[in-house]
Amino acid sequence: MKITFTINGKPATVDVDGHTPLLWVVRDMLNLKGTKFGCGKAACGACTLHVDGEAVRSCSYPVKYAEGKRVTTIEGLSEGDQLHPVQQAWEEEVVPQCGYCQPGFMMATAAMLEKIPNPTDDDIDKNIVNICRCATYYRMRKAIHKAAKIKAANG
Amino acid sequence: MTNASEFGTNSSSKTKDKSSDTTIKINDTPFDKMMAVLTHKRCVNCHPSGDRPRQGEDSHIHNFDVQRGEDNHGVAALRCESCHGHENNDFSGVPGAPEWSLAPIAMAWEGLSRVKIAKSMLNRANNGNRSLDEIVKHLTEHELVLWAWEPGVDAEGNPREKPPVGKEEYIKAVKEWAAGGAVIPEE
Repeated sequence: MKITFTINGKPATVDVDGHTPLLWVVRDMLNLKGTKFGCGKAACGACTLHVDGEAVRSCSYPVKYAEGKRVTTIEGLSEGDQLHPVQQAWEEEVVPQCGYCQPGFMMATAAMLEKIPNPTDDDIDKNIVNICRCATYYRMRKAIHKAAKIKAANG
Repeated sequence: MTNASEFGTNSSSKTKDKSSDTTIKINDTPFDKMMAVLTHKRCVNCHPSGDRPRQGEDSHIHNFDVQRGEDNHGVAALRCESCHGHENNDFSGVPGAPEWSLAPIAMAWEGLSRVKIAKSMLNRANNGNRSLDEIVKHLTEHELVLWAWEPGVDAEGNPREKPPVGKEEYIKAVKEWAAGGAVIPEE
């Protein structure tokens, strides 16, 4: 079936089985490799991207549900050369170790900050439940607080 | 077999009553049949008494510290729909149905006897101000309720357990119970 949506602001149409995970479409058909495959069962969050601004686990998101919607991946998080506050903070706090899971964390964080501009540690614990095998959680927590401040300063 | 009392968190909820036997006998009443379904894990897992859903055949607390959130659909960046779609995903093992969410806390059933569940269900203060007809409609037509008979498979491909009463028999029992005056037996 043909499915049309926007990917990082650009129109895209794919002809694929509607049950195909959005993750496979993004990575293998649209060649955007930033979104990662981790567990394949919506557990680890490495595949997190945004659909109409909401964080979703794309490994378990049939692409047919993306019809007519806005899909944003880590490649589309920044606006041109201007890094997203989450990306700035991640860089400044030198968060990643191996880095594999980080796009998912950053997308989940960006979604959270749209609804909770100044998250507490408890907000972070309840919203950002992705898994990082390098255990960079402490640095991520610092980066999330910093991203909130950068975002607020940017207005 | 699982029963409502097993979901309880206090000692009183461990009391054995008729609800502990979910093996449906041919001459069980419509109430018995209805409550055998409503106290099943496929229903109660998302009618928790707290702010965290349960999941699985053993009704463990939902992985990843999933939270109810203000609208019963999760929190800002971890919505129910972050993972659960409008239908089961048998590739990932993530179950899904329209309006996948927790029941409001006023409709908490976990740990309640079947009599208390039934009373709560008919109480407009708890049931979203639904009339009996609206309750029957919800119980017999809502896709999320009827998902219990199409629960899909888990991440390992194992079929999820269905309620102990068949769907058509359950629907018939709910309607008969309502038509008979929605009588709730004494505890």
